[in-house]
Amino acid sequence: MRAVRAMALLAASLALAACQGKKAEGDAPAKSAAAPAADKILVGHVGSMTGSEATFGQSTDQGIKLAIEQWNAKGGVKGKPITLRTYDSQGKPEEAAVAATRLVVNDKVNLLLGEVASSRSLAMAPVADGNGTPMITPSSTNPRVTKDKDKVRPFVFRVCFIDPFQGTVMAKFARNDRKIEKVAILRDVGNDYSMGLADYFLAKFKELGGTVVDDQSYKAGDQDFKAQLTAIKNKNPQAVYVPGYYTDVALIARQARELGMKQPLLGGDGWDSAKLFEIGGKAIEGSFYSNHYSPDDPSPRIQEFVKAYKARFGVVPDGLAAQGYDAAMVGFDAMNRAADGSGAAIRDAIGATKDYPGVTGIITIDANHDAVKPAVVLEVKDGKSVFITTVAP
Amino acid sequence: MTEFLQHVVNGVSLGTIYALIALGYTMVYGVLKLINFAHGDVYMVAAFSGFYIATGLGVRDDPTVGKAVAVFLGSMVVAGALGWAIERFAYRPLRNRPRLATLITAIGVSFLLEYGFQLPSLQAQGRSLEEVLRGWGWTVPGWFDALVTALPSTFPPGPTPRFFPEPFTRVDWTVLGGVHISNYDVVSFLVAFAFMLGLQWIVYRTRFGMAMRAVSFDPRVAGLMGIPVNRVISTTFVLGSVLAAVAALLVAGSRPRIDPIMGLMPGLKAFVAAVFGGIGNVPGAMLGGLVLGLAEEMVAGYTVSSFRDGIAFAILILVLLVRPEGLLGRVTVEKV
Repeated sequence: MRAVRAMALLAASLALAACQGKKAEGDAPAKSAAAPAADKILVGHVGSMTGSEATFGQSTDQGIKLAIEQWNAKGGVKGKPITLRTYDSQGKPEEAAVAATRLVVNDKVNLLLGEVASSRSLAMAPVADGNGTPMITPSSTNPRVTKDKDKVRPFVFRVCFIDPFQGTVMAKFARNDRKIEKVAILRDVGNDYSMGLADYFLAKFKELGGTVVDDQSYKAGDQDFKAQLTAIKNKNPQAVYVPGYYTDVALIARQARELGMKQPLLGGDGWDSAKLFEIGGKAIEGSFYSNHYSPDDPSPRIQEFVKAYKARFGVVPDGLAAQGYDAAMVGFDAMNRAADGSGAAIRDAIGATKDYPGVTGIITIDANHDAVKPAVVLEVKDGKSVFITTVAP
Repeated sequence: MTEFLQHVVNGVSLGTIYALIALGYTMVYGVLKLINFAHGDVYMVAAFSGFYIATGLGVRDDPTVGKAVAVFLGSMVVAGALGWAIERFAYRPLRNRPRLATLITAIGVSFLLEYGFQLPSLQAQGRSLEEVLRGWGWTVPGWFDALVTALPSTFPPGPTPRFFPEPFTRVDWTVLGGVHISNYDVVSFLVAFAFMLGLQWIVYRTRFGMAMRAVSFDPRVAGLMGIPVNRVISTTFVLGSVLAAVAALLVAGSRPRIDPIMGLMPGLKAFVAAVFGGIGNVPGAMLGGLVLGLAEEMVAGYTVSSFRDGIAFAILILVLLVRPEGLLGRVTVEKV
């Protein structure tokens, strides 16, 4: 009987711990459901704080926090202090939609930031549009995030480049810089981002005179990629383009090396995480990926940001932290310029952003609500990303 | 030819995992006629307990044979205890109810484990389980207290995948002019095969196996004959869960990502493998697992990789249409 009681106790304690965890999740005090008072600015962030892409959300959140602290130190937006409320998407599109709805409808945020992954931003975009709350995604690169078929989503913006550009960058780099003639593609079939990148890479690589010898797919969360890799190996490409997220990519790299494949892997900004090196280890060495910025860039704007971020969080900011910082900065800059605090006014101000000196480049929002910016190509060397080249749009 | 042989090696390596999980499914079904849907999640819990023990012992920095044994034994004990607890608290109270009730409970237990393990860890909430319990002023029995203090602070793990350290060093061999095979593939296959023979021996050659078969035939009559029905069923669950733990560690060692829903797909596929081989039949589970692994591998390797699961399962449906009792299953006639 004693054992029975202990089991019940354990179950109950876990359940209660969970309830209390939910409460502690936001960064705000207990009266969270109340509308923000007119004397402060409330910013909502939906990010993958946990899950397969946990470092994406955590880095972005830290970037946003740094931006808020810097603005608040200067006295806030129009003299009002900014507060942040972060909800976890757990890396799931449905959770992202719920979190966005909660921020927009219950918390009535003035500005919505997030997500990193395009699939999750796509789930949030209709919520922002439907409620007239301006939303800026820091690093979702799929074109459909800001453009629903032919119609530009009125309230959704991004401060990064889009997949057609990112895919093209890597195709150009592989074909022109590395003189690669034959590549294979291994894409994540359930991921809007990965599918987009693979399609644009494929088109550009063929246009430049290269051959795509194999086009395989996997599903995020798979444990075993050896079937696809064995098929790819047999076609003998000079490189494999794997536009996925870092946990899958690290496992793919390991299994490719286990099968005796020595080709470099190529990828996109979804690789940008310290976890890639931890899980991938030696297997990922010598591979290349495109990203938004490089912390090695000597330009003073970037070095100033890297210094401030390191002083605050103790680590070198990755590309997603820089994007989060820029998204928040562009948003606050627009709020400061906006005629009033209404969603429509802020929206117009974000749309009018021109030549904003961001960490990740000069940001100008175009008619499609996208930012036109250069991309960098990085190489993985000794467990670190090393700057190789910048590719202009 | 090399490509084909490599596919065979990969397929067998994948099939071995399904086989190890399927053995547990098939045993529980054989005795209780219950599909234990929580089996895949016992596999997940075993992987995580292995992870916590390995982290505690520092396996990543300095792997030794002793530590590997400790990781295997520790996680087998945890999985066995969990299997026992699931049977004791979720299935036994419902044993004389309609079978559907137990089946739904099995799905419930599976969800409880999957989503319970996705909760934010107590450490992330800035507390330990011990503090939580003390905070409510509850008195905890002494032995339980010691257990609570020993629990890792990052529990529950949350949805973030963890990187599992290799319990023993990986060695890759190249054979037959370019086919790559590792010691994990070989060890997994041998372990699965040994377990299959072992189970077969237990079921047909020991007193306990005889009791199992009697309970499977008719639990009420077996009870009247003096067979301790509850103990036989509990032991079966423990045995099945221990098998899941071994499978989990062999998989996590070679495919080092573990997360709270890692048991979902392998669990489902192992279930299909068990049905395919003839559920309740021990060699059938092994054969079913291997066939499913090879089918998946060949489909992914030679046709379109996104149809991997689709075509593999379609083949299974076709086979079951022709042989509804599974490959090695026996047709049982229900006497009225």
